[in-house]
Amino acid sequence: MSDPILEVRNLKKYFKTSRGMLHAVDDISFTIERGKTLGLVGESGCGKSTTGRAILRLIEPTSGEVIFEGVDICKLSGEQMRKKRKDMQIIFQDPFSSLDPKKTVNQIIAEPIRENRIIRDKHKREDRVLELMETVGLAERLINTYPHELDGGRRQRIGIARALAMEPKIIICDEPVSALDVSIQAQILNLLKELQESMGLTYIFITHDLAAVNHFSDDITVMYLGKIVEKAPVEDLFTNPIHPYTRALLSAIPVPDLSEKRRRISLKGEITSPVNLPDECRFAPRCYECIDRCRQGIPPLVEVAPNHFVSCFVHS
Amino acid sequence: MTTYTQVQKQQRATKRYKKRSSFEEIWRQLRRNKGAILGMILVAVIVIIALISPLIYDYQKDIAGQNIKQRLQKPSAEHWFGTDELGRDIFARVLYGARYSLAVGVVAVLVALVIGVTLGASAGYIGGTFENIVMRVTDIFLAIPSVLMAIAVVSALGKSTLNLMLAVGLASTAPFVRVVRASVLVVKDEEYIEAARAIGMRPWKIILVHILPNCVSQIIVQATLRVASAIISAAQLSFLGLGVPAPAPEWGSMLSSGRQYIRDHSYMTLFPGLAIMVTVLSLNLFGDGLRDALDPKLKR
Amino acid sequence: MTKNNNGLILEVNNLVVRYETMDGIVRAVNGIDLKLGYKRTLGLVGETGAGKTTTALALLRLVPDPPGIVECEKLEIDGENILTFDSDKLDQIRGKDISMIFQDPMTALNPVYTVGEQIAESIELHEHVSKTEALKRAGDMLELVGIPRSRANDYPHQFSGGMKQRVVIAIALACNPQLLLADEPTTALDVTIQAQVLELMHELKEKYNTSMIMITHDLGIVAEICDEVAVMYAGRIVEEGTLEKVFNHTKHPYTEGLFNSLPNVKDRKAKLKPIKGLMPDPMDLPPGCAFAPRCDYATEACTQKVPTLTSIDEAHRVACIRYDEPDFHIERRILS
Ligand SMILES: Nc1ncnc2c1ncn2[C@@H]1O[C@H](COP(=O)(O)OP(=O)(O)OP(=O)(O)O)[C@@H](O)[C@H]1O
Ligand SMILES: Nc1ncnc2c1ncn2[C@@H]1O[C@H](COP(=O)(O)OP(=O)(O)OP(=O)(O)O)[C@@H](O)[C@H]1O
Ligand SMILES: [Mg+2]
Ligand SMILES: [Mg+2]
Repeated sequence: MSDPILEVRNLKKYFKTSRGMLHAVDDISFTIERGKTLGLVGESGCGKSTTGRAILRLIEPTSGEVIFEGVDICKLSGEQMRKKRKDMQIIFQDPFSSLDPKKTVNQIIAEPIRENRIIRDKHKREDRVLELMETVGLAERLINTYPHELDGGRRQRIGIARALAMEPKIIICDEPVSALDVSIQAQILNLLKELQESMGLTYIFITHDLAAVNHFSDDITVMYLGKIVEKAPVEDLFTNPIHPYTRALLSAIPVPDLSEKRRRISLKGEITSPVNLPDECRFAPRCYECIDRCRQGIPPLVEVAPNHFVSCFVHS
Repeated sequence: MTTYTQVQKQQRATKRYKKRSSFEEIWRQLRRNKGAILGMILVAVIVIIALISPLIYDYQKDIAGQNIKQRLQKPSAEHWFGTDELGRDIFARVLYGARYSLAVGVVAVLVALVIGVTLGASAGYIGGTFENIVMRVTDIFLAIPSVLMAIAVVSALGKSTLNLMLAVGLASTAPFVRVVRASVLVVKDEEYIEAARAIGMRPWKIILVHILPNCVSQIIVQATLRVASAIISAAQLSFLGLGVPAPAPEWGSMLSSGRQYIRDHSYMTLFPGLAIMVTVLSLNLFGDGLRDALDPKLKR
Repeated sequence: MTKNNNGLILEVNNLVVRYETMDGIVRAVNGIDLKLGYKRTLGLVGETGAGKTTTALALLRLVPDPPGIVECEKLEIDGENILTFDSDKLDQIRGKDISMIFQDPMTALNPVYTVGEQIAESIELHEHVSKTEALKRAGDMLELVGIPRSRANDYPHQFSGGMKQRVVIAIALACNPQLLLADEPTTALDVTIQAQVLELMHELKEKYNTSMIMITHDLGIVAEICDEVAVMYAGRIVEEGTLEKVFNHTKHPYTEGLFNSLPNVKDRKAKLKPIKGLMPDPMDLPPGCAFAPRCDYATEACTQKVPTLTSIDEAHRVACIRYDEPDFHIERRILS
């Protein structure tokens, strides 16, 4: 029954900086089943966006394999990769900088169709644009407006329509709702969910909002400083979080519910810089359960329960 | 349960989205700047003069034709700006001269624009060693005074109006490379560029379709201001005898020929000088106003 | 208390703020009343453009003029009528009696001064102490917010976002203000850092008996540290009351919509019920209730008359004319 659409193996992305090697993504592996959603969560700077971009080869990974439907796309030539892009799309976080301000809604949505010569006829292309606009809930009359005339929610819908234009199989959603108001967030999340059901899409859902990821994903991968610390099906992760970081993260979400008074695990300090990291557990400097062993090496990702992986010396 | 009608909603929504186009927005900003408006009107007047002067004057007779009997006359009702050493009406020559100055300015800037935008945009987008080489060469060009450069080019190519345009154009290329590269660097990091790459667009097309249209306002401002300095450079070259050949009424060469008579017949240099000044000033006023109007940080 | 202030640190009546811009008049705040008791924390909740920041600025009389125009019937802080103050007197109370934490910690600090100097500046200004004394107190403040005092000589860019926000809090609290206005103090921060900062604010509030207005769009944060809640929509308060009343006995359809838009952590399969449509343009507010176009309960009457805040009971007020009907109720499940 297992049908992985995408498999990431030992993906690494290092950036050269003036202070040394920055380990943005450091040896991560995961698999996504077709039609499912993988949530990728973690704090700012932990390498979520870098992972998403490296998978699409918008930035070249330092090393590792990205196997999409059995083909390692990191080995494809420029021209072959361009063809593959049809199947893999991305929705960006910032609906204000991800749309070209000089292009109309029509031009923006039609661009991928024209660029990949999917529909050559201008009128047919416009019909397709209108169809896509309807799919994402944009009124027809907006077809000739410019993005700056629209609000964040509508702009994000344009981004979604554009991503859908090439009928991709997998979409990487890089914080698609973080920049939006609560009531608009819910509209967009519902839209993404409906699209997934009707088109059988696979999502990688990048976010720092655990409540949203809980609602949206099937599996969750928690990242800390470029590494995966815990990986599990959603229910498991929320009912039985194991890694100290995951537990702290879950306890830190403010919940708008007065009946629930939880004990908060508060972490010392802040996320450290990912430059020139020592050879120890990435979380050790902030960890409240840290033992000597944690300072002596990087813990491997171990399966502690079926499909539940944790990278922690204390808990495995 | 809802009784709030669909129609009402639709009406409100359309009202909300009926906003100004960006052109109207720029015009609104520009209108508030008195200097820019003055500059714009003057530029328009000068352009009109340049366009219609051949309809008023006959080049052979009124502009180039000599009339020794009437030489070196002071300004009067008949000759508003006086006459020169060959008896030609300076008023007519100054008006007609607008053609030369504007043509040289505009063509020179077009030359600079084509080369500058190509180099600047590719340097900014490609980056790395290529960018380094382009920018260092640009720095060298910037270090040489543009008149010296133009003199060198004209001497190499020979004296003609076309070569003058080329020379001035080449000499004003470097600032364009800089400005274009700087704005490309800003636009390049926008997410919509990444979005274009994500759909498999080729780099040259990204530059053409996404990057340049978003730098176009800076380029326009730069071009307006550069036309002014190109006019000055051209006048300087003509003054040195390297520009538009006589008897064409180029302002710089009129200045040059009036120089010998400056003590007794200062009007011979005064009026062409004023013409250069007014043209350059109004272009600069207009360019500065445009820059302010296009810069979103200065809005409101 | 000898002052005649009815036990209130803050009392505002009918505050109206509009921005008269080139494009038209932005009606940012349209007549709000606020009352805040000593040591209480009020959560001011609303989405982008609701007028939250403008309200806070108006309380400090810091609304930029032009384009801002403020009208107010009564604005008393600790029994003193701020409306009559001249700018000298205002400067005296700003930072000392009432201070504000701004939305963006990245821009609230001056990059050319050390953080120690920036904290000391406010102390020096208000408490008339020597520079050395002020710097020493600044060090104390830093320790209070959990930053070692040795870092007082560092510049803001050497600090991370969370630390900068702590510095901003230290500045705001340096002179023991009686009223603290916190404008989305944690929006720019990560959850774990947000938790630290909120905890810190909670502690300090207890320690100094500070009253606080917490501006946020996150109902979770409200649940965590507020005693009272005021929900703002298009420049008006649509519902206000104690935390328990507003959260567990929600009355206004907009408040209900906000709750329904949030993913439920307990029931992940529950479908989100977003509020349809968009926030109205404050330059062009609809007649009647501003929420009516998006409201599932709206009737023709809602689009005609602006509803006023009416008491449900002594601790709960709502602005919705449907409650004139005796058996009107919203759908949201009333929690125990
Ligand atoms: N082009 C780059 N050059 C150098 N460093 C980079 C580059 N892009 C990202 N980084 C660094 O890599 C790390 C991971 O960045 P990334 O954008 O992937 O984080 P993120 O998890 O998406 O964070 P956020 O939640 O803030 O978006 C950060 O420390 C960042 O500073
Ligand atoms: N200086 C100003 N000039 C003109 N309009 C302004 C100005 N400041 C704010 N506004 C407008 O007033 C309205 C209310 O703004 P305000 O900043 O108070 O909202 P807010 O509730 O704080 O929103 P946010 O959550 O985005 O901070 C908005 O429509 C805004 O565009
Ligand atoms: Mg990111
Ligand atoms: Mg605000």
